Amino acid sequence: MKNVGIVIVSHSPLVAEGAASMVRQMVGDDVPLAWCGGNPEGGLGTSVEAIIAAIDRAWSDRGVAILVDLGGAETNSEMAVEMLDGDRSHKVVVCNAPVVEGAVMAATEASGGASLAEVRATAEELSPA
Amino acid sequence: MIDSSHLRAALLAIAEAVSAHAEELTALDAAIGDGDHGANMKRGFDAVAADIDTICAKPLAEALKAVGTKLVMTIGGASGPLYGTLFLTLGKELAVNPEAYVVAYRKAVEAVAARGKSGINQKTLLDVLYPVADALEAGKPKSDVVAVARAAVAGTKDRKAIRGRASFLGDRSIGHIDPGARSSLLLIEAAAGVLP
Repeated sequence: MKNVGIVIVSHSPLVAEGAASMVRQMVGDDVPLAWCGGNPEGGLGTSVEAIIAAIDRAWSDRGVAILVDLGGAETNSEMAVEMLDGDRSHKVVVCNAPVVEGAVMAATEASGGASLAEVRATAEELSPA
Repeated sequence: MIDSSHLRAALLAIAEAVSAHAEELTALDAAIGDGDHGANMKRGFDAVAADIDTICAKPLAEALKAVGTKLVMTIGGASGPLYGTLFLTLGKELAVNPEAYVVAYRKAVEAVAARGKSGINQKTLLDVLYPVADALEAGKPKSDVVAVARAAVAGTKDRKAIRGRASFLGDRSIGHIDPGARSSLLLIEAAAGVLP
């Protein structure tokens, strides 16, 4: 059984990698997981190209949930989703949730075989309505 | 009629203006954002300028889309998807209605608003892009359109930010010109200088 994948996008590669290692330690290896952080020059920021590559690495036919930190990470992730080839963009969502807690909760839900909608809902329960 | 040679001149003028004002944009952004707007915009339009021959060898609509994609891929901050969407939508619209420039511009501004989940009077580049759309639809001459854009940039100073990083500052964002509004004026001035 293939589970929903998780992508972590932060302005900082250190934050993204750290959140990813927390997911691995707390949830294990049953969930496809990828992270990216930093702008195209390696400074703080996000890169659409890197986000698309991370979605590819965490790809699952069940879908991919993206967790983001601030402003540009969200806008760039939405742009990356739209730029995916074919109809893959329909299987990717950007969650409105805090990046670290959201990634751990989403991965926990995904590891049990939940659907993309369930994974997203679990992550978004962390955000005040 | 606008063709790829006009676009070439406009893009090179924009790249030069953005480069010349990069420090100013960064200083504006440092006051209410994260201080990377100048470097991000310069990286994006330098990349467009470096690729200008390939881009402008395409028909106008395709060239505009190529500019949008390049900006999305190279700017790195939230302005990448915003300015990228502006050019991508101009290209998409002109591919359907080749000479409906004003309609295409209006659609492009609306697409930017949708991308940023924002609207007018929220202290963003939209505070400039929307009044320019109104001025173009009213058939105003280029000098008037640029004057409208300049006044709109100044108008962002006393406004409180509601979207983007500056919104974290709340009332403290008041008193600063919005860096995105300033950079969109650079684009409009440069384009107005070379377009027919």
